[in-house]
Amino acid sequence: MEEEWDEDGPEVVKRFMYVNRKAPYGTVYALEMLEKVLIAAAFEQDVHVVFMDDGVYQLKKEQETKGVNMKNFSPTFRALEGYDVEKLYVEKESLEARGLTVEDLVVPVEVLSSDDLKSLMSKQEVILTA
Amino acid sequence: MKFGILVNEGPFQHQASDSAYLFTKAALEKGHEIYRVFFYYDGVNNANKLSEPQADDRDLVKLWSALAEEHKVDLVVCVAAALRRGIKDDILAPGFRISGLGQLIESGIVADRQITFGD
Repeated sequence: MEEEWDEDGPEVVKRFMYVNRKAPYGTVYALEMLEKVLIAAAFEQDVHVVFMDDGVYQLKKEQETKGVNMKNFSPTFRALEGYDVEKLYVEKESLEARGLTVEDLVVPVEVLSSDDLKSLMSKQEVILTA
Repeated sequence: MKFGILVNEGPFQHQASDSAYLFTKAALEKGHEIYRVFFYYDGVNNANKLSEPQADDRDLVKLWSALAEEHKVDLVVCVAAALRRGIKDDILAPGFRISGLGQLIESGIVADRQITFGD
């Protein structure tokens, strides 16, 4: 990191949004996205994390991954709070289409309609999707 | 305008890195600044100098290196993503460097627009 923060924190704080659209296993996108989220938090940016489409499955409770020989990384979402990443959003339509409710998820989230999510997205300065 | 570029796919499985390369080149030719090109996911394979495409195929690794030499573009490969895929300093094509994910976040902070290429 070349920029130095003073004691008051970073000079520039931007609104970063991470949009998770992929199932947790099957491709590597979800796992490496989570690594990216943790780094933005270390830079003290205003981090927003969205789960939509099959991305909502990343938060599903009771993931059992031995059969697919992958590490279950869902417990890491519970650690996000410790990194001050507390703005987690799930798209309502994606959740409902998969027969899930907030009770099925490993962390507390704010459920937003597609329209509300659209408006939140339009306020972001950097959006990273996978 | 100052652009940050994120390349999320490898050079053979997907068109994303071609699009990123063409965008970067076009932006530079139009007088814009490319703050950094950051390679993540399979995008790190764009930096593998051992890659040998067939003679009638474009060689994206060489094209990126040439772009870096001509325009001093900062090509950064994510260390965590790279190690997983066996991309290390000794097989890094000219113009690329390996660094941390913080370089991507910094790019997002500094650039006027941060653009993602990939799924």
